[in-house]
Amino acid sequence: MAWKDLVIERRSKETLNALLFFSLALLFVFQFALGPDRERLASVLPGLLWLGFILSGVLGLGRAFVVERENDCWELLLLAPGDKSAIYLGKLAGSLVLMAVVEALMLGLFVVFFNIDLGAALPGLALVIALGTVGIAAVGTLFAAMTAQVRARELLFPVLLLPVLVPVLLGTVKATEALLLQEPLAAVAHWLKLLVAADVVYLAVGLLTFDVILEG
Amino acid sequence: MMAVLGWLAGVALVAGLAMGFGVAPREVTQGNVQRIMYVHVPAVWVAYLAFAVGLTASIAYLARRRPGADRLAHAACEVGTVFLGINIVTGAIWGKPTWGTWWTWDARLTSVAVVFVMFLAYLLLRAAVEDRERGARYAAVLGIVAALNIPLVHFSVYWWRTLHQPPSLLKPGASTMPPVILAALLVNFAALALLGAYFVARRTRVLAAEEEVLA
Repeated sequence: MAWKDLVIERRSKETLNALLFFSLALLFVFQFALGPDRERLASVLPGLLWLGFILSGVLGLGRAFVVERENDCWELLLLAPGDKSAIYLGKLAGSLVLMAVVEALMLGLFVVFFNIDLGAALPGLALVIALGTVGIAAVGTLFAAMTAQVRARELLFPVLLLPVLVPVLLGTVKATEALLLQEPLAAVAHWLKLLVAADVVYLAVGLLTFDVILEG
Repeated sequence: MMAVLGWLAGVALVAGLAMGFGVAPREVTQGNVQRIMYVHVPAVWVAYLAFAVGLTASIAYLARRRPGADRLAHAACEVGTVFLGINIVTGAIWGKPTWGTWWTWDARLTSVAVVFVMFLAYLLLRAAVEDRERGARYAAVLGIVAALNIPLVHFSVYWWRTLHQPPSLLKPGASTMPPVILAALLVNFAALALLGAYFVARRTRVLAAEEEVLA
């Protein structure tokens, strides 16, 4: 499943190209909204970074089931043999790869344009980004399947997703902030635990309820 | 049965008013404004009680697929959202004279606001899905996610605020509540809980009637 989606994405590059351009545009918007004041920019940088990750994630995840719907393959998804949770994991894996690519590039853009010194923070930051991304994608995949068959889905998807993601956003932003100030990973242990707890809850609910959503 | 519940709620509400305005003493520093607590605090308890009922009913619906469980989940989450709204509004009215502001991004206020928005989204999803059976399934899943998310929201928001403020400001109130005030609070809690149960029962019946008409 993941393989199929990734192959389609690699051939068409439809979503990826759009998302990369979107990240660049976001960077400009952030810059213009905040002005050139370096002090202020540095203090809100973790929030901006995660706002960028979440917004691009919402756009990417919202398209997770578009291929099936537009090409009338929804019924085939339902008829697919085996456990429906495998479809969930496949879609999730595909979205994770896509988000990871976009996030890596966005992080690179931030480093270059906002002159951040990642230095020793990078391994810890990678861990925080991985935990946060799994959380976003786990709920996002579930909700994307839910809203794929609903009218006003482009509107409903972020409306459902964003309030649920508040704990993930708070945890990742606070952890990123501490890490960028060169604090050790142990200083943000409670946030990492919260992110792990969120990931476990979201993944468990996703795995257990995905077949309910695919029923029809 | 429902009429009895309604009357009980009515009587309890009168008793709650009597306790809140008559029996409970005037608070020394805040004056009469403090009496809003007898609505403010029970409202949030009833709201979380309703969300717990909603979570249970959502799980029950996914397990057994009885339409009744779905209607109960819908009604409970709706009533819970209304009571959370009452809690937020009364909190703002209480906050203005005592703190000097309608709203502050304090940990408790923020977490309640996030939960409120989460359940507003739940009601939006309910309204957006046309097919009844599909809507019930989707709403049950979202109801479970939202309810399980409440503790995560609480912890994250609490750490988010408290790590930045001296703990002396947000230290949980160790002051012991005088028994009269506690009694008034509990009577009002019982009254609002009965009222909430009555609303849920009524709403469940209205939902059933709606389905009958639309079927």
